Amino acid sequence: MTLLKTEAYPRATTVAAPRTTIPDRGRPYGGQVRRRLGGFRKTDVFALIGGLAASLTTTGLLWSQLGPFTGWLGFVVASWLLFVATYALLVSFDEDRPAMWDRVSSVVVHSIAVVLFGVLAYIFVYTGWRGFRALLHLNFFTQDMRNAGPLDPLTVGGVKHAIVGTLIELGIALAVSVPLGLLGGVFLHEIPGRFSRFVRTVVEAMTALPDLLAGLFIFATVILIFGLDKSGLAAALALSVTMLPIIIRATDVVLRLVPGNLTEASYALGSGQWRTVWHVVLPTARSGLATAVILGAARGIGETSPVLITAGATAQVNTDPVNGPMMSLPLLAYTLVQNSQENMVVRGFGTAVTLMLLVLLLFAVARVIGGRGPGELTAGQRRRRAAASRRDLRRFTARTAADPAPFSSSTAQGETS
Amino acid sequence: MTGVALAHPEGQETQRRRRLKANLGLADRVFRAVARGGGALVLVIMTLVGLFLTYRALQALRKAGPSFLTTQEWNPDSGEFGIAAVILGTVLIAIVAIVVATVLSVGVALYISEFAPFWLRRTLIAMVDLMAAVPSVVFGLWGAFFLQWKVLSLSRWISDWFGWIPIFKVNGVTRHDPLATETVYTSSTFIAGLVVALMVAPIACSVMREAFSQAPAGEREGAYALGATRWGMIGAVVLPFGKGAIIGGTMLGLGRALGETIAVVMIISPVFVIQPRILENGTSSVSSLIATHYGESSPFALSALFAAGLALFAVTLVVNFIAASIVARSRSGAVSEV
Repeated sequence: MTLLKTEAYPRATTVAAPRTTIPDRGRPYGGQVRRRLGGFRKTDVFALIGGLAASLTTTGLLWSQLGPFTGWLGFVVASWLLFVATYALLVSFDEDRPAMWDRVSSVVVHSIAVVLFGVLAYIFVYTGWRGFRALLHLNFFTQDMRNAGPLDPLTVGGVKHAIVGTLIELGIALAVSVPLGLLGGVFLHEIPGRFSRFVRTVVEAMTALPDLLAGLFIFATVILIFGLDKSGLAAALALSVTMLPIIIRATDVVLRLVPGNLTEASYALGSGQWRTVWHVVLPTARSGLATAVILGAARGIGETSPVLITAGATAQVNTDPVNGPMMSLPLLAYTLVQNSQENMVVRGFGTAVTLMLLVLLLFAVARVIGGRGPGELTAGQRRRRAAASRRDLRRFTARTAADPAPFSSSTAQGETS
Repeated sequence: MTGVALAHPEGQETQRRRRLKANLGLADRVFRAVARGGGALVLVIMTLVGLFLTYRALQALRKAGPSFLTTQEWNPDSGEFGIAAVILGTVLIAIVAIVVATVLSVGVALYISEFAPFWLRRTLIAMVDLMAAVPSVVFGLWGAFFLQWKVLSLSRWISDWFGWIPIFKVNGVTRHDPLATETVYTSSTFIAGLVVALMVAPIACSVMREAFSQAPAGEREGAYALGATRWGMIGAVVLPFGKGAIIGGTMLGLGRALGETIAVVMIISPVFVIQPRILENGTSSVSSLIATHYGESSPFALSALFAAGLALFAVTLVVNFIAASIVARSRSGAVSEV
């Protein structure tokens, strides 16, 4: 059982799982029937059902007849505790102590997983349920909030200004942090030494820098010292400070996965470091780098606190990042639900749903691009690679046919220029 | 480019170690200079964050002196201000969050790497990673509009039965009074901590799962071969192997929990006294203080806010460095010898 299991432990999400293949020795099984090793036995099922029935009935009795207990949450907690206890007792009738602990731990771990995944799924469902009434009206995506007062129905006003603002801020933030982040990652990977170790330590410490402090930093420098208004540009800079360490760190990790034999082959062919990085390392890690950038963007798009301090707030579409305040989706959601009017709260939840959909979209794109490890190609890339190879072959044969001396001095020096 | 380690047997002093030096071309020299410059720029930006916070905070820190650490009120304009209450509130929220989040994330990481059926694993991993990217404002909305009202009965139950433990005590209520209002349990440290726990659990979980799934297969099979049950194997192989990641993931989550702003702002109702009763209404945190007061006009009040931010910065930096060194020193991620 365990030998078969080993094949399915993925080492990392970006690396393909190593496959264990069982060699076919050509021996007939001779009427042996393969035994099933997993699954339930009858006693397991009995213990489960018995434990469940005992705990539910006991708690029911406590809650309805005996004790001063109320509330469904308490009921669930109490019956769960009772279930674990009775289940342990029932199993201990049949099994020894280690087997009993094994069953109990299995129940506990499964319950924790159900709780966390259930709660997280419920967060999605709840936000969608509270916000879907706003999403039903098309004007939610085509208008801004300038005409929508607190008492206006949902047919007036929308989040266009926040969507536009989010996209502009994210665009500027990416334009700043992606080149710098990739450069920083390449630096950490390509030029090892004491200095780069120090930079790596600082970057790792900064990954968990509170987002609010990034906003505070931009507020202290760009707004208070350079006198820029609260604007989209300031917010974008704050987001870049948040995203930069994330992108650098992810780039560093991704570049480490590039197979060493590829870079060594490149060096052995006489190309320098710059050519190796540009033509071998970066293209090999392309999908991983794209994932790193997209995950950084997904993180940046949902940040509220840096934007809260640096962007100001407005109810109109503002496409100028330098002048005037700019709205973004998380900030709008936060602002709208502060209102006591039900319609505003519904709009706030609708904004949150829009934001989650954007994050989901970015995430899906990241999964599609980054599902492959470094060096793995899609079918189309393989076809193009094969076509290029055939082209090279034709070129070489044509050249050899024209010039019978294969290693003339001019071709040997071609790469050093 | 890397030095070659030469053995030096006796009697070979005449052979001197040759210095290996690459003769770099122009393109490479430019590339190395640009990359170094990029690294230095990143370092400069990161250092500037700390420097500017300190610079802006100095004015307030000079005026307040050491009382900045011990004063509870926050009235910068009258000169009475300090971070004793807010930093304690921050730490309490983070502790509640990290206690809940550690249980959740270790459980879920174990579930994904050891218990879940194989066909489900990739989906669950993707779900956890997605959850780590859900905006905090969504968690805040859920916490403020839903969880807060559902948890009240639990808060009340805990304070009724465990009120004799000082942190679970709630002032101003009678035990088991069926008519008592539940508003005293709203906006508490406990509720904010629960919401933050749900936010940081996926982050901690993905660190732990990564390490658990790398536990060497040879040692797992060795444990099974010696007759261990699955839980015995986990206790003997997986958990010791992933110990560094458990601590590191927890600390990473703690760093996030200390700095979380919006979700906390949406739930708590700020008070500026030391309030260690986690179930009772009213608490405070540094980040929510900054987020609600940043609009103040007087430069001195702003300077005081920067001082509070600096304190938060120092605390998170210490937590992160500890986390990084623990993760780096642990065996997790090391190549297994089997």
